[in-house]
Amino acid sequence: MRLVDIKKDWKKNKVIYFLALPTVIYFIIWHYIPMAGVVLAFEDYSPRGGVTGSEWIGIANFINFFSTYYFGRLMRNTIILSVFSMVINFPAPIILALLLNEMENRYFKKVVQTISYMPYFVSTVVICGIIVDFFSYDGALTDILVNMGVVERRDLMVYKPMFRPIFVFSGTWQGVGYGSIIYLAALSGVDQELYEAAKIDGAGRWKQTIHITLPGIKPTIIIMLILQIGSLLNVAMEKVLLLYKPQTYEVADVIMTFVYRRGLLENDYGYSTAVQIFNSVINLLLLMTANAISRKYSETSLF
Amino acid sequence: MKIKDTPGRIVFKVINYILLTILALICLAPLWHVLMASFSNPTTLQQHSGLILYPLSSEGHPLTLGGYRIVLKNDSLIRGYANTIYYVGVGCFTSIALSALSAYCASRRNVIWMKYLMLVLLFTMFFNGGLIPTYMVNKNLGIVNTRWVMITTGAISVFNIIILRTMFMQLPMSLEESAQLDGAGHITILIKILLPLSKATIAVLALIYAVGKWNEYFTAAIYLTKSRELYPLQLVLREILIEASSPPGMDGDIHTVLGGQDNAKKLVEYSTIIFATLPILCIYPFIQKYFVKGVLIGSIKG
Repeated sequence: MRLVDIKKDWKKNKVIYFLALPTVIYFIIWHYIPMAGVVLAFEDYSPRGGVTGSEWIGIANFINFFSTYYFGRLMRNTIILSVFSMVINFPAPIILALLLNEMENRYFKKVVQTISYMPYFVSTVVICGIIVDFFSYDGALTDILVNMGVVERRDLMVYKPMFRPIFVFSGTWQGVGYGSIIYLAALSGVDQELYEAAKIDGAGRWKQTIHITLPGIKPTIIIMLILQIGSLLNVAMEKVLLLYKPQTYEVADVIMTFVYRRGLLENDYGYSTAVQIFNSVINLLLLMTANAISRKYSETSLF
Repeated sequence: MKIKDTPGRIVFKVINYILLTILALICLAPLWHVLMASFSNPTTLQQHSGLILYPLSSEGHPLTLGGYRIVLKNDSLIRGYANTIYYVGVGCFTSIALSALSAYCASRRNVIWMKYLMLVLLFTMFFNGGLIPTYMVNKNLGIVNTRWVMITTGAISVFNIIILRTMFMQLPMSLEESAQLDGAGHITILIKILLPLSKATIAVLALIYAVGKWNEYFTAAIYLTKSRELYPLQLVLREILIEASSPPGMDGDIHTVLGGQDNAKKLVEYSTIIFATLPILCIYPFIQKYFVKGVLIGSIKG
């Protein structure tokens, strides 16, 4: 690329560069400057000193985090909540899609689909409001669980053993229908002739599902899985924030809610930035690993 | 050729019907419960246990629309609705306009530096400064506790740019070339040719953005701490449903309208949920096909 070319390019495409300016400015201000802000993690931030004038303390914030009691608790909660969520909420939409796919009554299928999307359109705050109401001391689901003998009557929102199941299964309720869309689309793309051929070979429905349907939607499943693993530590933090209470912090407090509390409520900027960096790095490593493993074993990968 | 079902297949079909029916009922039940409870009598409501399948009333304790009267009287809720509509409307327009403009620039071939623009944007999908640095930027810009912060946060999404850019690049070059010969500038090409041709995709992106903005409470919770009058609906809802407090005036209204009955606050909570959710629930069956399309657009990217 010679200087002459650059000059000619500038002359010809000045307008384009001008039009791109808002985007560039936006990304500099709201993405790249905050990225530079990660230096906070290495400072003992004080409002008086600001980002540039605060004392540089190296990795003390990180060491501080790793050595507190919180580190173990946050890691445990984050991993348990996300793995539990994934084990239940990842296969659920696939199973639903397979069931819907077997449904020959098209009208019935359409109705079930539409109803199953509904919870997705209810806002997080309202969902959590309903959860809080249903699991309160005399809430509807508390009543049902008490009658079934599962729990004693109490406010289940402040009862530690129930937090995780409530969190995960309410997620299933909200996401299973909407999550099935992508698999249904993948299912409709499976070559119908394969089924015909299988029938001639005498394969029953079950065999067809195992040998044709599932391999047919495997790439979709794998892509979705990689994406999920890549955001493993990004537990639905906004939902945790709405549902947890000081009584359940022990099982509910996750890395990002901790960052929010320490950073914005207690103004400990340096420390909470360090914690968030730790979170991002782990996420990125997980994404890379999942992608690499998948590329090696199944020829499907994100990048 | 119609093959008769084997007995196993018939059993499966029956089970499938049952499972899917149960699933549909489970998806429906909580909202049905809330809807029925929202005009039940608060006293009867308190005595009831389990799911509510029909509006509850009893001798001397009639059904009531009191909950809705209180909700509709409440300034915070009404203003919250108006604010949310503003954030969704203005945000949607800004976001789509900026994303389309970025995508247009990024889709130009033979412009030396535009190749790098995409890289610069993609990089931000993997790395970001996080909560605190972003907060400090907004604070230094002086837009905390203003409407601006609700519009600028997440205004340009890299994801939208990628999709629109791909869309623009797939359109035949000849369209633009002939327009250029007729003396059309870049803006004209974008607005008169490219955007109309990608109308469907843009509608989908706008819808996804709108639903996200409608649901959002966290941004507002961080940035609008000192300005109640700017609260979006979701933040008012959080106050009523999660924090179990009441916006100004609500407790007084509960006292006048429901005469301080037991459990009156619960009734108001149920009415609030319906008030905040019903519009979306009435609309979504008609726009769901766009979301299906949205999911598919998203998967192409992967």
